[in-house]
Amino acid sequence: MARVIIPTPLRKFTNDQASFETNSSTVFEAIKAIAVAFPEIQKHLFDENDQIRNFIRIYLGDEDINVLDKEQTALSPNDELSIIPAIAGGKD
Amino acid sequence: MAEITFSKEELSRYNRHLIIPEFNIEGQRKLKGAKVLVVGTGGLGAPLLQYLAAAGVGTIGVLDFDIVEDSNLQRQVLFSTDDIGKPKVLAAKERLEGLNPYINIVTHNVRLTSENALDIVKDYDLVADGTDNFPTRYLVNDACVLLGKTNVYASIYRFDGQVSVFNYKNEDGVFGPNYRDLFPSPPPPGLVPSCAEGGVLGVLPGIVGSLQANEVIKVITGIGEPLVGRLFLFDAINFETRTVKVHCDENNPLNGKNPTITELIDYQEFCGLKTSEEDGVKEISVKEFLDLQQSEEPFQLIDVREDFEYEIANIEGVHIPLADVEEEVAQIVSDRKVVIHCKSGGRSKKAIELLEKEFGFSNLYNLTGGVDAYFDEVDAN
Repeated sequence: MARVIIPTPLRKFTNDQASFETNSSTVFEAIKAIAVAFPEIQKHLFDENDQIRNFIRIYLGDEDINVLDKEQTALSPNDELSIIPAIAGGKD
Repeated sequence: MAEITFSKEELSRYNRHLIIPEFNIEGQRKLKGAKVLVVGTGGLGAPLLQYLAAAGVGTIGVLDFDIVEDSNLQRQVLFSTDDIGKPKVLAAKERLEGLNPYINIVTHNVRLTSENALDIVKDYDLVADGTDNFPTRYLVNDACVLLGKTNVYASIYRFDGQVSVFNYKNEDGVFGPNYRDLFPSPPPPGLVPSCAEGGVLGVLPGIVGSLQANEVIKVITGIGEPLVGRLFLFDAINFETRTVKVHCDENNPLNGKNPTITELIDYQEFCGLKTSEEDGVKEISVKEFLDLQQSEEPFQLIDVREDFEYEIANIEGVHIPLADVEEEVAQIVSDRKVVIHCKSGGRSKKAIELLEKEFGFSNLYNLTGGVDAYFDEVDAN
């Protein structure tokens, strides 16, 4: 199963679960599976058109999925996906 | 750099640099000749400024508009209890000059804005961004890109830290990725991790700001591989570190294929934080709100912050977090004035826009500046 690392700001929607295991075959399906398992996280990951929000970056290993096949990037069982949000500090 | 010389005292002070073969007197000369602007003297600025000063960076610009408060001291180890109430840049200058009298500390006791940023940044070789909010992040980035300066970036949030070196010009004169390549747009207010929550583990900026100082020193001296085209991530709570790649994006509006940003813009607006009457949401100032509270006029007060924020301090509004506003719409009255507030005004504006658009409310007022402004006003009186 591929593993998705949940960043700490989003863990309040995953009952503090730091990672998520999935059999999904693409990046999009994997991120969607998190939203299905934890509905409250949906709007933080996807916009109204069900696109992954552009202030959140998704990495496969150390590579940005945008230079791979974007959301359709294929996942293998031992892959590690990271969700990387923009953080600015303690204010606004 | 033959013109840069050192006194006997300086040579003695910098001895541990001078005896590193890769560093030696050449590295120390480059530090002394360098001009670094540190934006923000908060949690990140504290280690950053102290290590840059101690290392012998010749000119350090210190930029902040704030004063030292007691709640800063949990992490901002640049300051002491006696500094409470002093402008941060002055307290910083005093401390840094005590640490190293052989360098020049330039203070900028201002808020960095689109109007003054280019003028301030142009006098420096490099900028270290240690700010605490998205508008200033984009402002610093854009100013650096427009002026061709390297931006050594670090950011923290609760237990997470990020470090990168943006807009670094390599030997071939090619610039590396910048902040907009990594994050083309900021999270809108109300979405994690925006102003909904704050907080940071006190030691985290100490760790991350020290890494940032290390990158500043590497960029100045040309030693090692700077963190260019890479983003370092630190999760302090699980002690996990990762370094991922950052690529230039041809759609970058600043320096991509078809640049659309050629000067500094309105960053509050860009980050969705603009709260003015122009955009249709009615505002009520803290002063007007206090008058309303004293008057006989009936009104409803709604607090759209998160649960834990409400628990820390509230002003007795009906509590409906922004995410639940649609679901809880029945709680919101339409027969009298309704004042909606959050921490600083961004989320409450979103709530009003939503309620006006989806449910046709016309009696909603945004408390300008949120509870932060409310408590400031009440404290001042």
